[in-house]
Amino acid sequence: MPTRTADGDRRGPRGGAARPQGPMVAVQGVDVTFRTKSRTVHALSGIDMTIEPGEFLSIAGPSGCGKSTLLRVIAGLTEPSAGQVTLRGTPVVGPRRDVGFVFQRAALLDWRTARSNILFQAEMRGLPKAWARKRADELIEMTGLTGFENAMPFELSGGMQQRVSLCRALLHEPDVLLMDEPFGALDALTRENMNVELRRVWEATGMTVVLVTHSVTEAVYLASRAIVMGPRPGRVIEEFTVDIPGHREYEPTLESPEFQRLSARVRELLGSGAD
Amino acid sequence: MAAVYPATFLALLVVAWFAVTATELVEPYIIPSPGDTWQAFADYPDYLWEHTLVTTGETIAGFAIAGVVGVLFAVLMVYSSTLEKTFYPLILFAQVIPKIAIAPLFVVWLGFGASPKILVAVLMAFFPVVISGISGLRSVDPELLELTSTMGASPVKTFWKVRFPAALPELLSGLKVAATLAVTGAVVGEFVGANSGLGYVILQANGNLDTAMLFAALIIMSILGILLFAVIQVAEMFLIPWHASRRNRR
Ligand SMILES: Nc1ncnc2c1ncn2[C@@H]1O[C@H](COP(=O)(O)OP(=O)(O)O)[C@@H](O)[C@H]1O
Ligand SMILES: [Mg+2]
Repeated sequence: MPTRTADGDRRGPRGGAARPQGPMVAVQGVDVTFRTKSRTVHALSGIDMTIEPGEFLSIAGPSGCGKSTLLRVIAGLTEPSAGQVTLRGTPVVGPRRDVGFVFQRAALLDWRTARSNILFQAEMRGLPKAWARKRADELIEMTGLTGFENAMPFELSGGMQQRVSLCRALLHEPDVLLMDEPFGALDALTRENMNVELRRVWEATGMTVVLVTHSVTEAVYLASRAIVMGPRPGRVIEEFTVDIPGHREYEPTLESPEFQRLSARVRELLGSGAD
Repeated sequence: MAAVYPATFLALLVVAWFAVTATELVEPYIIPSPGDTWQAFADYPDYLWEHTLVTTGETIAGFAIAGVVGVLFAVLMVYSSTLEKTFYPLILFAQVIPKIAIAPLFVVWLGFGASPKILVAVLMAFFPVVISGISGLRSVDPELLELTSTMGASPVKTFWKVRFPAALPELLSGLKVAATLAVTGAVVGEFVGANSGLGYVILQANGNLDTAMLFAALIIMSILGILLFAVIQVAEMFLIPWHASRRNRR
């Protein structure tokens, strides 16, 4: 079936594909209006942003302000009512294959082991098996899943399931990793651990990440740049560079003046609803 | 072992059966004794076996056709809302018609052979397969479907790797119901016009007031239904071990 995928077929094991010049993602004047029988929701209004290669962008905002919608537009899952998104210079006109997507729920296949769930990405894309297996093993090690490769999803904790989901999203070496409140369903401690892991993975790989969250701590700790969105209709209200250089140890980072200053500001913007 | 409870109950039932018939509380032509019933098996093994095979054949044929056609319809209806709007009311209509009432018509159309019986069995078994198939195919996590679209996977691949396996637990429950209904369907078909099969045996025995033979035929029918059910139960262990183990944890 002809898909609306516009990114061509250069994906696959990365044979040293040239880094694109210019931004990784460019969102230009994006507007999204949902029309249902009973009402019309203006979900996003005039969104402009660029995301540079290797950037870790956090997007924070109250619930219902259109964060998920924005990610879905970037991934080509929702069509904007106006404006456009380009990814690596090509316009997004349908589901993109050069992104990795992590949802709030791990969305694993119940009938497959952890490893097989990770390899699912390769199977669906028809990537070479030997290459995929090797890559899966690397990711399993990197995310601390070693020893759980053959566990079934129901045997895994929420945190472990989300690691599997992350490995699956990274398997095909996507240019951009899109994460929609990936740790929102986890308990506080697991969430902290996952934050540290994700930061480490990002530092190790230098990939481009867009993370949607409504945890202020998560947003600021992880990001190289953070965006705060406001509701009705969803728009960007402020943007910060998170200038905490080097390897970010968890506690020291949270205690650093820069972190505290920024999270206080983000909290202020989000109002009392933020955590 | 969970089987202990029904086995105990069954044993009590047989004891009660013995007691009721031994004390001659009821006439033997109303309830034959377990001994007489056993005698029916012992005296006419070939007769019973022959007719059992006929009913078994009709049941399995009806069940298989209902299974294949039912799944096919479920898939078509899940993927096309036009087909769903077209077929759903018709399927519901076919379901609410009492099968026993249309069975004579099938005999008129198809004669006394196996086909009208198979057709009734198909009609009985079809509905649970379609309904469970549709609900199973719909039960797949929508995020999983979005994920496969970001993977650039073809709909066919998505069907076989995601949708179909996700539908199996519900589909197999539907098939279990369908299996037992297929037995009923075959026997109903035989009641209406047949010269072989367990339904025929029951009518004959009834005519001769041979209640022992009637009981024997009833027992075979239940065993047939239970066996078919058990076959699917075993298939479940192989096809959806992930589901069974998760269910047992709850
Ligand atoms: N498919 C849709 N149809 C109609 N309304 C939608 C749809 N998706 C999202 N919305 C609405 O758009 C707004 C933004 O939703 P969303 O992007 O999910 O917000 P967030 O992720 O920030 O919580 C909400 O008011 C939501 O109800
Ligand atoms: Mg959301």
